[in-house]
Amino acid sequence: MTPRSRLLKSLLLAAGVLAGSLLSGTAGAQGPRIYGLTPKPIAPDTYVFEGSTEHFTRDNGGNILNAAFIVTADGVIVIQTGPSRRYGEEMRAAIRRVTDKPVRKTYISNLHPDYFLGAQAFAPEAPVAALPGTIAGIREEGPGIAENMYRMIGDWMRGTEVVIPDEPVFGSTVVFGDHRLRLIPLHGHTAADLALFDETTGVLFAGGVVFCGRTPTTPHADVADWLKALDAVEALDGVRLLVPNHGHIRPDKACVAQTRDWLTWLDATLRAAVEAGLDMTDALELPIPERFHGLGVLRAEYRRSVAHLWPRIERESLPRVN
Amino acid sequence: MGGAFMIAGGALRGLAALMLVSIAGPSAAAADPPDPPDPLGSVMWEALRDQYFGDAPLRFDDRVKVSAPADAEDTRAVPIAIDASALPDVVEIVAIADLNPFPLVLRYHPHGAAATIATRIKIQQATAVHGAARTADGVWHVSGVLVDAAGGGCSAPPATYAQTDWADHVGEVQARAWPARADGTARLRLRVRHPNDTGLVAGIPAYFIETLSVRAHGAAGPGPELARIDSLEPVSEDPVFSLDLRPPPGSTALTLSGRDNQGGVIAATIPLPAPVPTAAADRSLGQ
Repeated sequence: MTPRSRLLKSLLLAAGVLAGSLLSGTAGAQGPRIYGLTPKPIAPDTYVFEGSTEHFTRDNGGNILNAAFIVTADGVIVIQTGPSRRYGEEMRAAIRRVTDKPVRKTYISNLHPDYFLGAQAFAPEAPVAALPGTIAGIREEGPGIAENMYRMIGDWMRGTEVVIPDEPVFGSTVVFGDHRLRLIPLHGHTAADLALFDETTGVLFAGGVVFCGRTPTTPHADVADWLKALDAVEALDGVRLLVPNHGHIRPDKACVAQTRDWLTWLDATLRAAVEAGLDMTDALELPIPERFHGLGVLRAEYRRSVAHLWPRIERESLPRVN
Repeated sequence: MGGAFMIAGGALRGLAALMLVSIAGPSAAAADPPDPPDPLGSVMWEALRDQYFGDAPLRFDDRVKVSAPADAEDTRAVPIAIDASALPDVVEIVAIADLNPFPLVLRYHPHGAAATIATRIKIQQATAVHGAARTADGVWHVSGVLVDAAGGGCSAPPATYAQTDWADHVGEVQARAWPARADGTARLRLRVRHPNDTGLVAGIPAYFIETLSVRAHGAAGPGPELARIDSLEPVSEDPVFSLDLRPPPGSTALTLSGRDNQGGVIAATIPLPAPVPTAAADRSLGQ
């Protein structure tokens, strides 16, 4: 894109946003959907769009993640793209307000909707990179995941289509300008979880492996593998700031322990309930210890986890009798 | 498709009722007061009520407790439980997912067992799930919950068919009986490997478990039937059931026998653990 066409595009975008805000004054709740993304600087060259710790709703439009970007001398590195085309486009526009540099690469940490469904806004400009397991997962489940997002957040999804990442990445260290990015392949939250560690700034983008103040989600989880992934994150030296995809950004690894505590309790509780003869419907209502009561979406996410984890635990615990 | 048909049927019945009223006069209508409306407002309820309960008396009754998550996370396996143990002399329990292409989930005949059953079901779209318990006086007691869902649980092919050797495993049973509690009931959980296919996917015939019967087994051989499940298309693939049975004293095992709609036989023997002291048994079930 030439500087001139970029300028034209930003003017158009600005006009669109202005028209949108004027309209929203009269159209109320039915007006155009605008996330109002604001980049927050968290480290040198490094910005995050902080999302809420809620579940996907028609009010928040699926803005429940911490998407990020790094402005390097080689161009902009985008980390996660949000839950919808509109999110991706707003994110792209907000990046343009910070820098004229083109997007050089977009990384997607896993196959969950809020990581990859905004990729339409970035795919024409630069490769969209992900672990091979994530690419396979999006290819297989992406359309179903997108359909379910239309059901959950409605009009926010207008025009959103699945973009399959086109660049497989593996464990390696890559250099953009003066930023050295370590790509760390993990698994357990999903079958392939990419964490990115910026050795230059000490910022760790932990993806879905670490949750902070928000109940972890388990639709593709293997708890034993996830605990091992947390050990790997815990062992990383030089982390000055940890950015989880969901929840609070912290200058320590406290939320590695919090995520581990939750997963350990969840797994042990469901195993004990299966062993005691409880049914799955009983398990949905089990009490949750007070130390977790500050986590966002607690009961609803716990119930989802029962749906994800219970059948396998039950299958493994029942002896064959014929 | 089933829905449209049933609505047409309901309309016809409405017309017939109107004609009946006009012939017999208002007194006949007053003698047979209509049911109260479904508290859940399910659009299918009137049609289903006719289809599954006919002229039997029916009332909405909170003593029947239906448990299911408000949001179905996996529409192919939504946990439901119906507990009618607050009612005396329950002879039959029925589960219905109103907006499924096949609304009737199962009929449970508890005989002497506790009037409670739990399983997992497929849900095709957001729907009311009703549980009904028939007491010995012939009255149906009905209650239910709403389950929101993304949809498609009934028309998805079973994951089973992705495994090349699935046919070698059909009919395998995993099960466990827990020690009897103070009230004499012993929990049985059983899981049967079976595609339990609805027949809605083109080229895949309906293939599901139709009946499962549990008997006590003691020194004198097989005993009476303790409970029977007549199960239908909506029960999930590799179905799991939780029952609370009352095996007679001296029983050493439970025998499970059943069959699917293609004549496949299911047979298994589940050892019964020795009863444990009352307090410990109750604790182990978290009650």
